[in-house]
Amino acid sequence: MSIDDGSRPERPSNSSANRSRPDAADASGFVNAVDDRGDTKVALAGSGLAPGKASTVNPLSRLISHPLFGLVVVVLAIALPFINSSAYTIRISTDALIFVMLAVGLNIVVGYCGLLDLGYAAFFAIGAYTAGVLTTTFGWPVIATIPFVVVAAVIGGVLIGGPTLRLRSDYLAIVTLGFGEIVRITANNLDFTGGPNGVFGIPDFGDFGLRADIATYWVVTVVVGLAVLASARLGRGRLGRAWRFVREDEDAAEAMGIHTYQVKFAAYVTGAIFGGLAGVLFAVHQTAISPPSFNFLYSALILMAVVLGGMGSTPGVVVGAIVIALLPELLRGAENWRYLVFGVLLIVVMIFRPQGIWPHRVGEKPAKARRKRVVEDEPEVIP
Amino acid sequence: MTAPVGIREAPGENAPRLLEVEAMTVAFGGVTAVDGLSFGVNEGEVLSVIGPNGAGKTSAFNCITGFYKPSGGHVRLGGVDITGKRPARIAAMGVARTFQNLRLFGELSVLDNVRAGMHVRIKQNAFDAILHTPRYHRSEQEATDEANRWLDFVGSRGNRYNEVRNLPYGEQRRVEIARALAREPRMLLLDEPAAGLNHNEKEQLLDLLRRISDLGTAVVLIEHDMGLVMQVSERIVVLNYGREIADGTPTQIRSNPAVIEAYLGAGDDVEEEAEKIAHQSDDQIFGRTEGEQA
Repeated sequence: MSIDDGSRPERPSNSSANRSRPDAADASGFVNAVDDRGDTKVALAGSGLAPGKASTVNPLSRLISHPLFGLVVVVLAIALPFINSSAYTIRISTDALIFVMLAVGLNIVVGYCGLLDLGYAAFFAIGAYTAGVLTTTFGWPVIATIPFVVVAAVIGGVLIGGPTLRLRSDYLAIVTLGFGEIVRITANNLDFTGGPNGVFGIPDFGDFGLRADIATYWVVTVVVGLAVLASARLGRGRLGRAWRFVREDEDAAEAMGIHTYQVKFAAYVTGAIFGGLAGVLFAVHQTAISPPSFNFLYSALILMAVVLGGMGSTPGVVVGAIVIALLPELLRGAENWRYLVFGVLLIVVMIFRPQGIWPHRVGEKPAKARRKRVVEDEPEVIP
Repeated sequence: MTAPVGIREAPGENAPRLLEVEAMTVAFGGVTAVDGLSFGVNEGEVLSVIGPNGAGKTSAFNCITGFYKPSGGHVRLGGVDITGKRPARIAAMGVARTFQNLRLFGELSVLDNVRAGMHVRIKQNAFDAILHTPRYHRSEQEATDEANRWLDFVGSRGNRYNEVRNLPYGEQRRVEIARALAREPRMLLLDEPAAGLNHNEKEQLLDLLRRISDLGTAVVLIEHDMGLVMQVSERIVVLNYGREIADGTPTQIRSNPAVIEAYLGAGDDVEEEAEKIAHQSDDQIFGRTEGEQA
């Protein structure tokens, strides 16, 4: 299972590019000159011309870009209760995994499609409350609530996305920020959502003869693993490409026949579904939910996981989410200082890795494409 | 078929009309960029739209492709009224364009950029992508092969697997044309494709334009490079102040007094001015104008 296109391919045509194009040599000369001046940004822009960068040699990046790396991570996640089964470990790991699901969901909206959503916790709340109310008030099993959670998330996405996705990104950010607050305050004031007390006594998926928290952990691991895989694969397919086209240049995408409004809408609604399903996991894991769990800070933290990890990069976002979820726990030793240290660490990461911890790499694997490129000399066979 | 006024002896006059622009008007606030413009494009022809800066050429392009809503008039594609339709709809109906300033998806790979043109034809849905169905693999492979073919067609030699913004300018221009061609358009609108290209690249562009025309695609060109325009066009439409002032073969346009006046101001020796346009070299024009003033 390869989670993302993380690997940097060999550059098959570099030598030929330099051979056949006279000004390529000049260009890399220019890049070198800029390099000497130490302006990394400009040098980066031209780096495609300079042959063989060292990053492929780095053993760490070779390891993490291996196709089986994702599988190893999933196996480790499933094996965790055998390594350390303390209630504390299982609890924070479950929290972290739910946070991963939120981050990959928001990554579809922000990372793939470039829509700034500051109220993502609203969908999380919609999912959690839908599952919570249906299970406690009506006594449904959690599994049965899932279709209704999806429907509720889609309705939420349509209500807020429908009118606002016609707006440019900054307006969208403000409207979604408001939407997030509206959902939270509504939940705080309605009777059937339990008001400020929220919903409690939410049942779990069943214990399968195991310790209840470990059973929940495994269910969460499987669901989140599938969600991560789905979002990575979505990002590489036709729709995922359309999202990236819209992010890069809406007008150019439109000129290629891509209905940008529908495409943005699809991203927003898909993100909403991910958020809603993460809400179900959250409700089950916590067994009690209340409005303060879904405040603006939470939306901001999810967004931070996406940005910190690397927008548009699934493995990056997973790492970012785990860091954001676990760092405050790991910093408990710092006691009252821990949120200060947390903040400083985030700033340091953003200074040294402005593209994120594990940024999205564009390079495609040429092997697949090269297979049928023998026709190179006969360009007339245009379909 | 009602031929708009001003078309005389156009080559391929009997060819069916692909695009018809009728009394199109675009106004921005008080400025009328396009003022009752009418012209047509025949199936498969190479048409150039020329005119001084600010004549309304790009505005007209933007109206045809749906990026601007004309405040008056009609645009018809193959007899269907497309006035004010969404750009994506018009593109899906077979109109592809390039932009005056490159509008590539800079952070995406060259192949992905070309795949954008095929988007509406790729047969795959979100579930295929999630489940990696055989249909997904097939359509992705087809898209990649086709993208490679189009890149070969335009003579792109750069690295196709990495970000398009890493390519040199001339290469990026080619990729943009490949992307538009991948839309398999009936009509391709090119907005100043030769801008910023060196002599050698212009020669290659000329060759490419001819090969595109051989595919049966109608090519509409906005271009300031008169050498290129005169060599490649079957017909030329000249705009000034948002109106059509001339329409005809390159030979007719060269000797059209209205055109010469638009470009050079009212000259006393029309024949001589025409020669200058015909020989296209900018410095030559400037040199002689200065010489006359002295």
